[in-house]
Amino acid sequence: MKAVTWRGVNEVGVEDVPEPKILNDHDIILEVGLSVTCGSDLHLLGGYIPAMRAGDVLGHEFMGRVAEVGRAVTKHKVGDRVVVVSFIGCGLCWYCEQGLWSLCDNGNPNPGITETLWGQSIGGCFGYSHAMGGWAGSHAPYIRVPYADNGAFTIPDGVSDERALFASDAAPTGWTGADQAGIRAGDVVAVWGAGGVGQMAARKAMLMGAERVVVIDRFDNRLEQVRTHIGAETLHYEQVDVPAELREMSGGRGPDVCIEAVGMEAHSSGPQYLYDQVKQQMRLQSDRPTALREAIYACRKGGTVFALGVFGGVVDKFPMGAVMNKALTLRGAQQHGQRYVPEILDLMSRDEVRTEHLATHVMSLDDGPKGYRMFKEKEDGCVRAVFRPGG
Amino acid sequence: MTSPLGSVASLAAKVGGAVVGQVRSVLGQGGGAGAASAPASGWLAVSIYREPSELDATALPAPLAAYGDRIETRIRPAPGGKGSELAVRLTRGSSGKTSGPARLSGSDPNADLRSALRQAKQLIEVGEVLRVDPASHGKRNATPAGAVLEVATKRAPKGGVL
Ligand SMILES: NC(=O)c1ccc[n+]([C@@H]2O[C@H](COP(=O)([O-])OP(=O)(O)OC[C@H]3O[C@@H](n4cnc5c(N)ncnc54)[C@H](O)[C@@H]3O)[C@@H](O)[C@H]2O)c1
Ligand SMILES: [Zn+2]
Ligand SMILES: [Zn+2]
Repeated sequence: MKAVTWRGVNEVGVEDVPEPKILNDHDIILEVGLSVTCGSDLHLLGGYIPAMRAGDVLGHEFMGRVAEVGRAVTKHKVGDRVVVVSFIGCGLCWYCEQGLWSLCDNGNPNPGITETLWGQSIGGCFGYSHAMGGWAGSHAPYIRVPYADNGAFTIPDGVSDERALFASDAAPTGWTGADQAGIRAGDVVAVWGAGGVGQMAARKAMLMGAERVVVIDRFDNRLEQVRTHIGAETLHYEQVDVPAELREMSGGRGPDVCIEAVGMEAHSSGPQYLYDQVKQQMRLQSDRPTALREAIYACRKGGTVFALGVFGGVVDKFPMGAVMNKALTLRGAQQHGQRYVPEILDLMSRDEVRTEHLATHVMSLDDGPKGYRMFKEKEDGCVRAVFRPGG
Repeated sequence: MTSPLGSVASLAAKVGGAVVGQVRSVLGQGGGAGAASAPASGWLAVSIYREPSELDATALPAPLAAYGDRIETRIRPAPGGKGSELAVRLTRGSSGKTSGPARLSGSDPNADLRSALRQAKQLIEVGEVLRVDPASHGKRNATPAGAVLEVATKRAPKGGVL
């Protein structure tokens, strides 16, 4: 079958790969309906996440129809229309039991790599390098889904494919950040990054009763989407002084909760950017934490900063003084989708969560390289490139 | 069909070879201070989300049972409702004091036991050992980076700091 693959740093290919088979009793094989690019893939393309091999199938955010079920699968049958969480959780270890699904002890068959890197390994993720399990990705006509009773969710009839697709990764990631940051009614919440993840974090913050939600980016079309489709306020970081605006918007306090949805390749306009970029390229730091630094600086005393953006290794010029002296709570997580998807699908069916606008460009698998180029360079207002393997 | 996504990041490739450099630095440095050392006692331990009464030291899952009297076993309750702690150590041979990187590069006497312990945990918790291979993939290039990573990935189930 045809698949979109990682060929090397900044090289995306389309090539033939073998069709997946059921290997474990809890597997399903899914016929992929839609599969979308994610900001996380850009870190793979840029070579910032090691442990990708030429030929690895990309894609971790997807929906489709069940084509085959393993013997132990009880919740799904052939033909079901489902959306699948990008992280793979067993549902039976202590972490899964706590609802911390992306920390599953059993979802990553290659734990040695991240254990060595981080001290403990986390769960596996589709299409996200051999460090995260070596699982084949979803930009293909078929994908194998392990632990399918936990990770695959039946899509309610009234919810379109284009909407349900984002219940796989972007929405549950936003939900993870807002929920785990402990947003309370009346909070002022700032979100860095107006991509799919930042937009969804902002939406959840509003649903949790935040008084003001502000999303920060430099792309007008994305900020426009935030205002129109999410209903949050926006700041253009190249036009204003972000911490100053946030102070003003919060009566001088700073936001109660700051959510970073940018990640390790953050952009900035100052000289610090060049410094970070050169250090990153020289491998003196692995990640560029521009937005994270700003979030820590802007956050009110005693507030919470949540890193949803993916970081891989170490960052430089980390403002530890602000974290310690301002008594901040600093958290991060890969998404714990399994606990949020039912709520998200329910809200989607009631039009409380809308995501179709994120799918700015829908194309075939043959257009994989073009889709990634458009998404990365934000050509033609691309917010997410979506692949439809069925053509 | 391949398309270069040329941008500043491609510069990284030129500075010492992004992937090789990064994989080497990840696999070669461990995770920072102390992350790579083994306990002096030689015990390898995992927590299993099951009551200690559900674990039987005399009827361990096959991957550990196969060791027979070549391992010692210790089972105790995990505090805070985290289930049980299952620990094993080799009774003969090396005490397994190797560094994390050495485990990924293959010179670790505990490698097979570490993998067996992880499998035993999965068999007790989930009932089967999760398989990833064969995973669908395209053409593998014969590059130094690919070779380094292939070796590291093969050893990853046996490596780590467990
Ligand atoms: N934690 C998780 O489980 C999880 C899941 C999915 C994605 N992610 C991560 O979330 C991040 C965002 O994902 P996405 O798909 O929305 O990506 P995206 O690339 O579409 O969006 C990122 C946005 O951040 C903006 N940005 C860059 N620098 C900025 C700065 N200094 N200040 C404010 N905004 C800035 C960009 O203009 C862009 O619009 C990525 O790092 C991705 O890896 C994490
Ligand atoms: Zn993602
Ligand atoms: Zn688990």
